[in-house]
Amino acid sequence: MLAYALKRLVILALSLAVASLVIFVVVEVAPGDPASFMLGINARPDTIAALRAELGLDLPVHERYLAWVTGMVQGDFGTSYTYRAPVAQMVAERVQVSLPLALYALLLSTLIAFPAGIFAAARRGKPGDVAVMGATQLGVAVPNFWFAMLLVLLFALKLRWFSAGGFPGWDDPLQGLKALTLPAVALALPQAAILARVMRSALIDILHEDFIRTARAKGLSRRQALWRHGVRNALIPVLTIIGLQFSFLLAGAIIIEQVFFLPGLGRLIFQAITQRDLIVVESVVMLLVFAVIVVTFLTDLAYAAVDPRLRGRR
Amino acid sequence: MSRNLILGTLLTALFLGAALLSFLWTPYPTDTVAITERLQPPSAAHWLGTDHFGRDMLSLIMVGARTSIAVALVAVGIGLGLGVPLGLAAAARSGGWLDEAIMRMNDLIFAFPSLVIAILITAILGPGALNAIIAIGIFNIPVFARLSRGAALSLWRREFILAARTAGKSAPRISAEHILPNIANLLIVQGTIQFSLGILAEAGLSYVGLGAQPPIPSWGRMLADAQTMVALAPHVAILPGLAIVLTVLGLNLLGDGLRDRLDPRLGVVRT
Repeated sequence: MLAYALKRLVILALSLAVASLVIFVVVEVAPGDPASFMLGINARPDTIAALRAELGLDLPVHERYLAWVTGMVQGDFGTSYTYRAPVAQMVAERVQVSLPLALYALLLSTLIAFPAGIFAAARRGKPGDVAVMGATQLGVAVPNFWFAMLLVLLFALKLRWFSAGGFPGWDDPLQGLKALTLPAVALALPQAAILARVMRSALIDILHEDFIRTARAKGLSRRQALWRHGVRNALIPVLTIIGLQFSFLLAGAIIIEQVFFLPGLGRLIFQAITQRDLIVVESVVMLLVFAVIVVTFLTDLAYAAVDPRLRGRR
Repeated sequence: MSRNLILGTLLTALFLGAALLSFLWTPYPTDTVAITERLQPPSAAHWLGTDHFGRDMLSLIMVGARTSIAVALVAVGIGLGLGVPLGLAAAARSGGWLDEAIMRMNDLIFAFPSLVIAILITAILGPGALNAIIAIGIFNIPVFARLSRGAALSLWRREFILAARTAGKSAPRISAEHILPNIANLLIVQGTIQFSLGILAEAGLSYVGLGAQPPIPSWGRMLADAQTMVALAPHVAILPGLAIVLTVLGLNLLGDGLRDRLDPRLGVVRT
């Protein structure tokens, strides 16, 4: 297990290094001169020169890259050009919206998908199964931002149960949670459809195993065998998918935040893009990629801890 | 034919047909503004109503299909064109440095949240259909590379490949003449799925303003425009979304149906 974890750790470090390099090249090298990109075509040469000096663009590329990476490691994400505020502080504020949103959606998605998948697997081929599978087929085809608009139309504009957007902050946790409910449902449903399908097919595979037959032979009912031995074993593939979904949810949150005008990381990125604030774009993208790579790493480790056979596999 | 295959083919044909037809004919022109006719609900004159510029929604959805399909199709083409040769090369030199390099590169692309990188690419290169294609296409490469490597690896152990090797054929020739035709079914099925994912991705990118730019109609853009008018005229928000759902659903059903038909062994357990 230790050797496996070390190997994964090396891969993690390499992935992060390459990811940071790719992002750096795309943001700082590809567009030509970042200073003139940020200031637009009408900028005066002396303004550009001043910004170049401020951003440290006079330094060679490799020194800039090293400075950026070491800064990030120490928690210094640079200073936003438009807001004149430390990016780390802006990110810290926005994470308070995006992270709870992604976790809320993950929770909802799991709460919907587990019963649906288990229900369908237990009734394989029967009308209940066909109905659940039909619903998931529809669920994966629905773009979450469109689903979000429909939710707003129904629950905010017609029924007036929720507000159509905005975020009141966490001073009153219930109000905060309420503001995140529609966005979380919109994010969760398409993911729940995928997860329910995975749960169902994993469970169906397991129900064919010999140990289920043994469990039935020793006198367990179908239901007991399903819950005691089936669901537990089906959790392994399902947990992997949940780990992967976190990255989809975090990225999906970027678009959903646009629909609900939530002040999260997504809105920060888009504001930064329209204001050509490359420092913010670069750091926030790196942070998201970092989160995804680390979650994948943790999922891999959890996976190996649960199923020792996987440690040897590439 | 299975129900999936029939329904999937019908839906896919409907939207492909609408996109093709829009080159020749649309009920109304999509580039003229008629403010007096704005935000009308569906009627006999405008079957699907009009948008905030008074343009006919049916015509816009037809032309929008063109954008979605073109972007997704070319992105699949990029994945097939680059991913399959890479996967085949990796399988032919299995365990070698080339295999290792290609697979590690794949892992890396997989590790990235695709949407975030697509946003980054379009933000830096500028929004537009072409950059959306590149952003979506890049993530198709590892999908096809991994799939064709896996399928090709199992074929390389078969007798007919051994026969071809004994006959003195080179690895690239064996890959092209014997491996590729045998994994074509698999690629078609995966291609359909990536096509549908591409349509969703394009819609997402153009919704946030990073896809095809106005005046080119696109479904995601239509939804973005509709957002502030959803209370006044729900149809402008509902219909383009429905077009996306039906197209993606059609392609997914088509993919499932084709998989069951082309490879009966896979028909037992469906995910």
